[in-house]
Amino acid sequence: MSTRPVWQERPTVFGLTLKTVVLTLIVLAMVYPLYVVVLTSLSTAATVTEAGGLVTLPGELSLDAYRELFGGGVVTRAVLVSTGVTVVGTALSLGLTIFAAYGLSRPGSVLHRPLLFLFLLTFLFTPGMIPSYLIVRELGLIDSYWSLILPTAVSAFNLVVMRAFFMSIPGEVLDSARIDGASDFRILWRIVLPMSKGVTAVIGLFYAVGYWNAFFNAVLYINDNSKWPLQLILRQYVQQGMNLVPNQRAVDTAAGYALPPNLAIKMAIIVVALVPVLLIYPFVQRHFTKGVIIGAVKG
Amino acid sequence: MAVLRKSPPADALTSSAGTGRPPLPARLRRDWQLLAMTIPAVGLLVVFHYVPTLGNVIAFQDYSPYDGITGSPWVGLYNFQWLLSDPEFWTALRNTVTITAFQLVFYFPIPIMLAILLDSVLSRRLRLFIQGIVYMPHFFSWVLVVALFQQILGGAGLLAQTLRQAGHEPWNVMTDPDAFIVLVTAQSVWKDAGWGTIIFLAALAAINTNLYEAAAVDGASRWRRLWHITLPGLRPVILLLLILRLGDALNVGFEQFFLQRDAVGAEAAEVLDTFVYWRTLMTGAWSYGAAAGLFKGLVGLILIVVANKVAHRFGEQGIYKRS
Repeated sequence: MSTRPVWQERPTVFGLTLKTVVLTLIVLAMVYPLYVVVLTSLSTAATVTEAGGLVTLPGELSLDAYRELFGGGVVTRAVLVSTGVTVVGTALSLGLTIFAAYGLSRPGSVLHRPLLFLFLLTFLFTPGMIPSYLIVRELGLIDSYWSLILPTAVSAFNLVVMRAFFMSIPGEVLDSARIDGASDFRILWRIVLPMSKGVTAVIGLFYAVGYWNAFFNAVLYINDNSKWPLQLILRQYVQQGMNLVPNQRAVDTAAGYALPPNLAIKMAIIVVALVPVLLIYPFVQRHFTKGVIIGAVKG
Repeated sequence: MAVLRKSPPADALTSSAGTGRPPLPARLRRDWQLLAMTIPAVGLLVVFHYVPTLGNVIAFQDYSPYDGITGSPWVGLYNFQWLLSDPEFWTALRNTVTITAFQLVFYFPIPIMLAILLDSVLSRRLRLFIQGIVYMPHFFSWVLVVALFQQILGGAGLLAQTLRQAGHEPWNVMTDPDAFIVLVTAQSVWKDAGWGTIIFLAALAAINTNLYEAAAVDGASRWRRLWHITLPGLRPVILLLLILRLGDALNVGFEQFFLQRDAVGAEAAEVLDTFVYWRTLMTGAWSYGAAAGLFKGLVGLILIVVANKVAHRFGEQGIYKRS
């Protein structure tokens, strides 16, 4: 499918080879680690032992590691926590952002400039960790799931992106609706939102990924480790290498249940943290290229 | 973000041109729904951004949670003097600035080169496929990225495994303080360089192809076209991102360093944010931490304003318009 412009010279064999090699290496650098992790998580103890660590060539496969993780326990609970925070947080964030973006999309409305300015100013200055921590503590949100949602609920960046998109909708469409007596809520719901599915999907992904990946807020605000989201579990059991299984070993062997290797379990935790992102990503990816984001970034 | 630029022509209902603004009650009647939609987000912003920003006054106090802001004694610039005489603070500042400078040289150009490379892939489907792959790690959390790197480069990782099987001494990159700056840059490249190409790809697509054609007809080689057309076409975006990066010079990314500080040691891995965390949240020295945070915020603000001035001097737009 070459669409080379006529004036462009044909590439040299050397140049073409070099380009292919470089691009292949880049793609491999992204994909290969994921492949190794997924494969190891699906391998049996024998295969892991034989490989002497991470499995690079498929051997005997099993789902034991996942059975272990989802058999109730620390990881199951963390997945539920992260899912809950992500779903509630994303819904709240999207709602707030859509409303505010629409509310600020008509220059000349009451308080338009000062309110917009409040959002834009956040690009220049962040309050800092200590005062933010203290306010969350003052509000009694320590060890509450809301501490993972409310402080990051509205991103000024996402709001500006969304607002720029709303403002690009032709004014005539909205005007005619307004002349027909439609309220702003109705215009937003019936006209603006249906025209903004792409940008809503992308912003929704940004928020959802933000909540799913949120790590540091949980470090700061969640002391009770029974409320830990998945990312903290990932840190403790994978990055810091604590073993998930030993305390359960007696029960498991008593039940005559072959124990999955610790490494497979660790890799399975990585996969569990990875999968939601990989699942949603393809659906939203096509919108990236449509300039949804760039338009706003370039202002 | 040039959002504050001249607003597009206002329609009849919102127009204040000529006739002057309608009186406030009339405007309120017209706009109350817009206001009602904006208020919840503004409320959160005030509570979680502006109130803590004001809360930074505790940097000038000897704050204790029992006495609160109103009851805690004022100590003037004491916390800042303490900060400037604290060798650990200087280590953190030095590391932060070194890492920023290093990444400016070894990270910043990579998305540009990658974008030019991707842009030269003629098959649209192949290009979209590669884009899909290289954008992806941007959406992984830092914990995940660090864990992945650990599995590949760490003591029990794939590299060590391979080296050991080949009869060499294993090298644990993840705990080597000397390699740390290269390691964190490699992680940033792996995670974000692909995503970083988006804005450059858009700028490349906006370059008028007639320019290339005319240059080719005039006999300009592929490389001369790159130098004289492509790079100048990218200039505004490059400058914009440079400004943003400079304004962010003291922000090297928090979680990445927080996660790896213990393995590598504070001497190499302590940056300003982790300094604030370990020195204050762990010890309860709130005012001291707020002073460090405020220092960082103010320097960042100055940097971004200065960088913008420089951009205007270069005849570029910068991130906000000259007012």
